[in-house]
Amino acid sequence: MNTIFNFLVILLILLNFRLISSSRLTPCIHVLVLQAVILSGVAWMTHQGHMSVHLYFMLAVNIFLKAAVLPWMLTRVVEKNIISRELDPFVGYTASLIIGVVLLGISVMISRPLSLSHTLVEDFFLPVSLFTLFSGLFMIIARKKAITQVLGYMVMENGIYTFGVAMAIHEPFIVELSVLLDVFVAVLIMGVAIFHISREFNHIDTDRLSVLRDL
Amino acid sequence: MRFTIFFHVIAAFILSPMIPGIINKVKAFFAGRKGKPVLQMYYDLAKLVQKGAVYSHTTTWIFQTSPLVTAAVGIIGVMVVPLGNTPGLLAFPGDYILLVYLFGVSRFFTVLAALDTGSPFEGMGASREVQFSLLAEPALLLGLCALSALSGETSMNTMVTSLQAGTRPVLACAIFIVLLAENARIPFDDPTTHLELTMVHEVMILDHSGPDLALIEYGSALKLWAYASLTASLIVPNGIVNPWMSMGAGFVVLAGVTVTVGLIESIMARLRLIRVPQLLVGATILSLISLILIIR
Repeated sequence: MNTIFNFLVILLILLNFRLISSSRLTPCIHVLVLQAVILSGVAWMTHQGHMSVHLYFMLAVNIFLKAAVLPWMLTRVVEKNIISRELDPFVGYTASLIIGVVLLGISVMISRPLSLSHTLVEDFFLPVSLFTLFSGLFMIIARKKAITQVLGYMVMENGIYTFGVAMAIHEPFIVELSVLLDVFVAVLIMGVAIFHISREFNHIDTDRLSVLRDL
Repeated sequence: MRFTIFFHVIAAFILSPMIPGIINKVKAFFAGRKGKPVLQMYYDLAKLVQKGAVYSHTTTWIFQTSPLVTAAVGIIGVMVVPLGNTPGLLAFPGDYILLVYLFGVSRFFTVLAALDTGSPFEGMGASREVQFSLLAEPALLLGLCALSALSGETSMNTMVTSLQAGTRPVLACAIFIVLLAENARIPFDDPTTHLELTMVHEVMILDHSGPDLALIEYGSALKLWAYASLTASLIVPNGIVNPWMSMGAGFVVLAGVTVTVGLIESIMARLRLIRVPQLLVGATILSLISLILIIR
């Protein structure tokens, strides 16, 4: 049981590294699907003893949204805009890997003094959730294309979800659902926005958006 | 027990030139050729030793010292590494750091000798070699540090035997990748290439001749043996008590590792030069992640 748990958590770390080191978009979306499935698996394993109907419902909605609907929407955006890779990010991919390790070190360091006394999961879990959060944030900062930034946003949300699994065992139902709804709406709007940006400007680099102004 | 240790070292001295022979035979088998004889390297070495060496006027004593250093490092290297459950002859706490930097010294002298010839091609090869080793060295050292932190031991012999069964094959894979990088094998460097432009390691020894070349070839065969034997030690089950049995298993696995090198060279092409640093950084990152997770 514990071995499988540790294996999944380490897989989560490696998937994050795959995300921040890959330039192609379709594999990144697949990684996100895998991450969502793993997270749901981890959540199920930690609450195995006392599963209730609303937890099952949560997991089902979570998997449905993050492993089916959102990836489908993102794939559509990728296909419609005929983009397959992010070519010149602000931070190169090898440098991103090195920064990723620094982020992992930082998340291990800041989670060491935070001792979780009453949680079901191991202390291993906290640094991983922080690291997922940080790597999502890093993707938002370091990439130019709007679509990769959306991916970063989703990774960040995964990190928050992991944190929720680790900390709040009986998180209020409504909070969890509203977070999911938030992500859903955000990705929907961003997907539409990306489509329009690319139709208007023939590319989806966001750095030119910063010089937009009223005429 | 002591006798098997000596036996391993003597076997390494005598048998190590056979390792490139086995690799070539496997490659020839996959290409549908008959291939060179397995003992080809012995003939080459015998021929080279009988010849005289030619030295260019631009070279200095560094050029003549470098082959000696390469061979000496190879000899010390096989004395340090364990094979199966047989400890190395010179095993002592912290010997893995010695192993990493011994080969570092040998590379340093090879690079100096290459620069000493004043040939632009050799300078280019030296530059690439230094660039790749800059990235491969942290991967190996951090990997061995993770190994040491995981097992709580500091000598390579006790380190590899005291690990749990589950983690050993994974680490064997990691050491095997470093073996390919450090010994200039195919995904990283092509030892049989004919064009100086694409060479990395081979271009640096172009100007050596006669006994010097023999020393370099012998030294690199010993280095390959040392890495293969370290990989084999992680694969041999640590439950074998009889020292001779364990040593025999070690030799079998070592031959298996050699065949695997040949297999990889047959089915893979060399990576583009620009991809090699990325792969090596990736290896370093993996070592770092495992180290962070272990000492957390």
